[in-house]
Amino acid sequence: MTFLFFLSSGLFLGWTLGANDASNVFGSAVGSKLIRFKQAAIVASIFVILGAVLQGYGGSDTLGKLGSVDALGGAFTVALAAGFSVFWMTKLKLPVSTSQAIVGAIIGWNFFSNNPTDINSLTKIVTTWISGPILGGIFAVLLFLLLREFLKRSKIHIIKLDGYIKYGLLLVGAFGSYSLGANNIANVVGVFVPSVPNILVDFGFFTLNGTQLLFLTGGVSIAIGILTFSKRVMMTVGDSLMRLNAETALVVVLAHSMVLFVFSSQTLSDLFVSIGLPPIPLVPVSSSQAIVGAILGIGILKGGKNIQLKVIGRIGLGWIVTPLIAGLISFFALFFMSNVFNLKVSENPSQFVKGEIVNDNSSLEIDSETKVIESIGPHIEGATTIDIYKPVVFIIIILLILLIVYQFFIINKIKEKDKIEEFQESLERYNSQQQLLENELKLTNQAKLKLEKEIEQKEKEQKKVALSIIRKNKILEDLKSGIDHLKSKPENELKHKDLNSLKVSIIDNLNLDKERKSFDKYIKEINNSFYQNLVNKYPDLTENEKKLCSLLRLKLSSKEIASILNITAKSVEVNRYRLRKKMNFKRNDKLVKELRKL
Amino acid sequence: MINIFKTSKSVALSIDEFFDKIDLGILNFTKGANNYIENNKAEFDQNLKTINILEKDADSIKRKIENEFYLHSLMPHFSSDILNLLESVDDIMDMSKDVLNQFDVETPHIPELIKKDFLELVSLASKSAESVVPAARIFFTSPDEVKEKIQKVLFYNREADVLSNSIKRKIFQEFDSLRLSEKIHLRYFALHIEQVSDAAKNVAHQLSSLVIKIKM
Repeated sequence: MTFLFFLSSGLFLGWTLGANDASNVFGSAVGSKLIRFKQAAIVASIFVILGAVLQGYGGSDTLGKLGSVDALGGAFTVALAAGFSVFWMTKLKLPVSTSQAIVGAIIGWNFFSNNPTDINSLTKIVTTWISGPILGGIFAVLLFLLLREFLKRSKIHIIKLDGYIKYGLLLVGAFGSYSLGANNIANVVGVFVPSVPNILVDFGFFTLNGTQLLFLTGGVSIAIGILTFSKRVMMTVGDSLMRLNAETALVVVLAHSMVLFVFSSQTLSDLFVSIGLPPIPLVPVSSSQAIVGAILGIGILKGGKNIQLKVIGRIGLGWIVTPLIAGLISFFALFFMSNVFNLKVSENPSQFVKGEIVNDNSSLEIDSETKVIESIGPHIEGATTIDIYKPVVFIIIILLILLIVYQFFIINKIKEKDKIEEFQESLERYNSQQQLLENELKLTNQAKLKLEKEIEQKEKEQKKVALSIIRKNKILEDLKSGIDHLKSKPENELKHKDLNSLKVSIIDNLNLDKERKSFDKYIKEINNSFYQNLVNKYPDLTENEKKLCSLLRLKLSSKEIASILNITAKSVEVNRYRLRKKMNFKRNDKLVKELRKL
Repeated sequence: MINIFKTSKSVALSIDEFFDKIDLGILNFTKGANNYIENNKAEFDQNLKTINILEKDADSIKRKIENEFYLHSLMPHFSSDILNLLESVDDIMDMSKDVLNQFDVETPHIPELIKKDFLELVSLASKSAESVVPAARIFFTSPDEVKEKIQKVLFYNREADVLSNSIKRKIFQEFDSLRLSEKIHLRYFALHIEQVSDAAKNVAHQLSSLVIKIKM
């Protein structure tokens, strides 16, 4: 339990690493919605754990050589100092990497406990920090050229290519997560390796020793970081870091994964040795810097116009500032822990150490890979064996039964929910369609009303003009009878006054012709479509008959029409009869009603 | 995720089918316009009927493609650009159909002396539209080859512009026997035919910018 308590700082570091660095692997794919977050998170979590357990030893070994933090309290403080440095520098928006922070913190521990810092290991580590991004760039360029040539030759339809790239990103993401787990697990729990209890846990199908169990726990903490907190980072940081198209994103993630893999694979290193090349240093490298290196590589290949030297400067700054700050924080934290809490931070007697917390199993030293390889299979001598096979199987069976029952209820619930949602969706669709139709109907009605009003207005105007003509005709009639009256008077009785009154009447009626013309214009204007329809239906009608039709349509009486057309009412009746005949109307058909229908 | 191969294959096929319809539509436009100008009424009616059906089919395929794009988040970075491209290609078909419909409804009188020019204008506009379809097709398989294909489109478009202007000039300056209304009517028909090649030019421009985007 003490070990687990002290391990908490490492697990916190693992959680932050999972939350932040998973975006380097899946950020572009998830940010651009090529892959769903759920898929990415599950794949990343599984492969991070696999990478950590199967291939995580190399980096831890190198960190152990740099400074073997042999006391549990020391490991706790070092991991905490590294975690705090990362957190603090991220807050200050300074370039930071977990790999560099943990190295700085270990050197801080070395200084505090008077342990010598292995310069060879330090050189090896620093070299990989520089070579990591460079190698990322080289890999990216080579892969990009290969992919470009392949795509040029294969002429794949871009829509199909999109599908292949989606799968590619998932596969490469799985490889990237594996490499991230393998390479960066050393940052998370590497400092705890010397203090790990000497135990063997039997899972039935396989057995894990203390170190592997430690890596498994670290891997799980990274996976929890991915599952719980990486979504936001992937949606924001992931896409802004790599505003690239899908093909380039695939290349960049693959190059980054290859860098992490190269610096964590013992097999590859052995292969190098077997062909006479120097071994590859197995060192945790910064995932973010590897990816930036890959992007820069592609930027250079594309002409280097968009390369921001500021980014390169920030990486360089990170190499110096991060270890320095982490080292200082680690040193002061160790001082604080040992003097205030009396925590034993080093087995090596130091002037600052006052605490007495001793862990019996913390002296286990893992200094060769052989030991780990052995521990995957059979037991290590003297180790406490814990058989958790039977209880685990029992628990799994119970969990499975519970899961099946739960699933049964959940499936039913989901089905019901789906049905309700489907119904609601169709209802909403129906309502919106209805609304749309109602709106259309409303608009049509409004337009119809407007048109009807316009027609009514025009009809009123016509009637007004017609009535005015009728009135004028009446005045003319009066004038005529006035003249007749004057004529009947004896010549000597002709009065100047009578003549004047006649003159005024004539002046008043001078506008008669003008109004008649205006009336004709109105008639033509409003009856344009009516005339058209009339002609289409009854092509034999004369101009006068058409005019009569338009006046009848206005519901004017025969007398009124007679007045307008300057004919007698009898003539109107006769014309009306002829019109009915020409239009083949029956006795019962109402002429005006039929005309208004046109 | 498992269905993504099936979906992308089906969308690729739909896009090909869409371009087939556009190709056929342009051919019908050429034939239809020629038939109208040469007074082959029966053949013209047949072309008009065919182009209306083809336009309807192309629209429904385009809608299907749009649905697939949105439903399966295909090419999220470029989906809107690609769908806009298809929309613009569809505009060529729409305009071709509209021109034939206008011929049918408005029955413009084309004087004998200018018939040859109108036939040439139809041919240039059709060539411009015909050349843009292979360019759009090849964008989906070899974007690098788009540039050389669109040169033809731009050339024919320029030629169509020049000829259209010359027709308009002739109509207004040399045909005194025509009424102003007839001149204006003919001017609009020259303009409508020219717009088919303008729609092709629009697609060509979209293709060029899309190639640059996709290569970035």
